[in-house]
Amino acid sequence: MNKILMSGNNIIAEAAIRAGCRFYAGYPITPQNELTEYMAEHMRNVPGGVFIQSESEIAAIHMIIGASATGTRVMTSSSSPGISLKQEGISSMAACELPGVIVNIMRGGPGLGNIRPAQGDYFQATRGGGHGDYRTIVYGPATCQELADLTMDAFDLADKYRTPVMILADGMMGQMMEPVIFKKPKPRKYSEKFMLKGAGAGKSKFIRGLILDAIEMEEHNWKLERKYKIIVDNETLHEEHRTDDAEFVIVAYGTAARIAKGAIKRLRDNGMKVGLFRPITLWPFPELKLRALSGKVKNFLVFEMSTGQMLEDVRLTLQGYANIEFHGRPGGVVPTPAELANVIARHYDKKD
Amino acid sequence: MAKKVFGRPKSLKEAIYHYCPGCGHSIVHRLVAEVIDELDIRGITIGVPPAGCAVLAYNYFDVDMIEAQHGRGPATATGIKRSLPDRIVFSYQGDGDLAAIGIAESFHAANRGENITVIFINNAVYGMTGGQMAPTTMLEQKTTTTPAGRNRTLDGYPVKVCELFSQLRGTTYIERCTVNSPASVNKTKKAIKKAFQCQIDGKGFSLIEILSPCPTNWKLNAIDSCKWIDEVMSKEFPLGVFKDNLAPVKKTGEADPC
Repeated sequence: MNKILMSGNNIIAEAAIRAGCRFYAGYPITPQNELTEYMAEHMRNVPGGVFIQSESEIAAIHMIIGASATGTRVMTSSSSPGISLKQEGISSMAACELPGVIVNIMRGGPGLGNIRPAQGDYFQATRGGGHGDYRTIVYGPATCQELADLTMDAFDLADKYRTPVMILADGMMGQMMEPVIFKKPKPRKYSEKFMLKGAGAGKSKFIRGLILDAIEMEEHNWKLERKYKIIVDNETLHEEHRTDDAEFVIVAYGTAARIAKGAIKRLRDNGMKVGLFRPITLWPFPELKLRALSGKVKNFLVFEMSTGQMLEDVRLTLQGYANIEFHGRPGGVVPTPAELANVIARHYDKKD
Repeated sequence: MAKKVFGRPKSLKEAIYHYCPGCGHSIVHRLVAEVIDELDIRGITIGVPPAGCAVLAYNYFDVDMIEAQHGRGPATATGIKRSLPDRIVFSYQGDGDLAAIGIAESFHAANRGENITVIFINNAVYGMTGGQMAPTTMLEQKTTTTPAGRNRTLDGYPVKVCELFSQLRGTTYIERCTVNSPASVNKTKKAIKKAFQCQIDGKGFSLIEILSPCPTNWKLNAIDSCKWIDEVMSKEFPLGVFKDNLAPVKKTGEADPC
């Protein structure tokens, strides 16, 4: 297995194709265009591969819905404003229990915002994003290798739970280049009975999100909720970095976690025992693991490239268990490890 | 020996329509089902019902179906058809679905020349939501959101889908019909059959617009609704074939297109 030097957006696309994705629809938006362009160049060369540059993000998500219904592995990608447009379809995929992978290479917001890396879409991603009672599994990769691995895993998880899975990265992750190894994809497990291929000589099926009877709709909601509970129990992922002897822990994901690691190195060089707790699944949030850590560490700082969104999940987890501080840089500002180290150092002095 | 000359098409389920008396949807459902039977494509057909009065079409058609979000039918149908090019895929849409909220998805599916069939029901009003203005509402027509009649200055003009779509190089067969008389029903069936045959032959995008009575929201009885199509609606939306790129192509296995 040779290491290949690739940029984040290209890695996601290549990993998807290797994982058996055979239908991609997307609409250009910076900073994820390389992903769409990579698909344009490579998807149509794969037997059975379909690439469509759609007329809008809305059309793209509904195209992958159609393809997913036939049993094809599907992906679409966009950046923040485009993901807002896709929410109608993501809600529909959750309702209709259709698997698919949606990539959000976040940029500064709200509104059109800018094209700089940011993490302001955490709420949208982890709370469902669209209308109705549903959740989306969300991966927050922090390295190019994770982009490759988690993209492949996202397809497996989408099939396993028949639900949309989101890769939530930012413009920095999309543009940076790192060497990666593409792992061997697992064989696909997805039952024919969920695929819409024409009734043949048999009974016809239909896929729908419309359930007019309130009691039936309620039961459908509870059925989805039971599924989400199983996902919460089984699918959380996180990384702990230098937490063994830590007296102060930064909670950060994605690009922010990379910056945190740089800050930790500086702080450790100055004798401060700082570690990192990095959620890899943002939903389900690794709540129990984080709370367990509060058994030995009482001082936490949430660092995000936003005004504080994951902060709420950390508060839900640690309120009453530990002190929680916050440092945020929204709007597309990417702070340096030195800046974060200075902030931590101030809090470190005041810690219990 | 008794000979069965009329019965329920195999592609229609044993179900009672929820449509209002005098509505055109039930007629068109039946025509589409008859065509699917006659072309013997029930087992390979996948339908995409819309949001709107026909949202429950999956309760009536006995073919595989996936309900689309409002207006997104042609995008969903594109995903299905590109994944399974040998299946027959049709999208069934109303005027709000196709010409308002879903105009982009419909227009671009047509422009890409997707090899799908669109059945477009134009009844000049939003039926399911209770009679609001549609993009195809006639000038001066009263609806719940144009209580003084559609005002050209404030509300714009009826959208002419066949005229617009026939200008796109991606489209192959486009015809406007109606179902307000036995003769027009027969003609519509032929048009629908031609559209499905177009797809079977891999010739590309076909769209059949059907001017369809809505007595409930037009506040007319069924007979007057049929008259209104002749006297008012078809003046704004003339019937006929707007695009036929099938003509020079030799077709096999298709009924005589009269």
